[in-house]
Amino acid sequence: MVTANTELGYNSKVEGGVIVSRADAAINWIRTNSMWPMPMGLACCAIELMAVGGARFDISRFGAEVMRFSPRQSDCMIVAGTVTYKMAPQVRRIYDQMAAPKWVIAMGACASSGGMYRSYATLQGVDRIIPVDVYVSGCPPRPEALLDALMKLQAKVRREPSARRLLSA
Amino acid sequence: MADALVTALQGRFPSITERASADHPAVNVPLDEIVAVLRYLRDEQGFDLLMDLTAIDWSEGASPRFTVVYHLLSTARPGSYVRVAAACAGTEAEPTAPSIVSLWPGANWHERECFDMFGIKFDGHPDLRRILMWDGYPYHPLRKEFPLAGIETALPVADIEEETGTRVVAAPMAGGPFVASTGEINLTEAEPRAKDQSWSDRAAQPGQTPLRQVKE
Repeated sequence: MVTANTELGYNSKVEGGVIVSRADAAINWIRTNSMWPMPMGLACCAIELMAVGGARFDISRFGAEVMRFSPRQSDCMIVAGTVTYKMAPQVRRIYDQMAAPKWVIAMGACASSGGMYRSYATLQGVDRIIPVDVYVSGCPPRPEALLDALMKLQAKVRREPSARRLLSA
Repeated sequence: MADALVTALQGRFPSITERASADHPAVNVPLDEIVAVLRYLRDEQGFDLLMDLTAIDWSEGASPRFTVVYHLLSTARPGSYVRVAAACAGTEAEPTAPSIVSLWPGANWHERECFDMFGIKFDGHPDLRRILMWDGYPYHPLRKEFPLAGIETALPVADIEEETGTRVVAAPMAGGPFVASTGEINLTEAEPRAKDQSWSDRAAQPGQTPLRQVKE
């Protein structure tokens, strides 16, 4: 039998009361679990990045499966591959276009340090043009290594004084 | 014993000389005849595919300084392959060669790459721009006088350079260059690596300052 819903407003008997938390905890909880990546796939590391997005490694378990190809909609740039000097200004430009708060993972040897490309054409580490939060070793890194980097980044975000930054911004 | 193809070429173009080669026939051609020779090879000898177009830098002061090399393949006769070489004209700073885009449209990008890396100007090329390095890059990286690590110069975009304070710098060699080992060794040992591991970015070479200051 269908009865009409007579409870029009908030019913504390049903909902069980109010949860008290710190603003930082709430904001960081939201940020850590919906970190949308900007896939900056520049070389072979991007293949491993795709594997991370696939079913076997499944980055969506960590709330980061929504690869956004628009920097306006993404939170975390994953620099996957060799950054050449020709590409470096574009990487910086896309980083500048991302809305704050934003983070960067340097995936693999090339993005972290230039890797084996000690040459005239290769930027010797993407940290020379954008601030990097987490470096991942490997050439290319295993998908698990990138997941580990994401978890490390999430742990870092959980420690951030987000509420203070929002109020002072 | 001269190859039949080389004999046929020399019958048609007497100035052609045979070029030392370990496998396939190869010939030296004077630069003013190169387009005619390539057209003859394409139309009358069946070498319809331009496999590669590259150049050799014989080092500073050498004469000729640059040689362009054309690799041709006949798809009708599998395995028949010929290399044609011609010494460039022009100066050391700006060597020249005729463009063969009219013979093989695919030569377009090969000639752009050759121009980018060696600075060889291909006369008659429809769009001779750099293809790998950015427009405005001041050097030609595959020339012998250019160091592998590079030369300090500006980033391609001025406002990004101003914003980041980063320039194109000579890469730290740190025991490099990274080279692969050959011979009967396992694959892990054969991987490219710096051969002189006694110094790195952090630990300086004797008598030098460290390449990178590490913040503790």
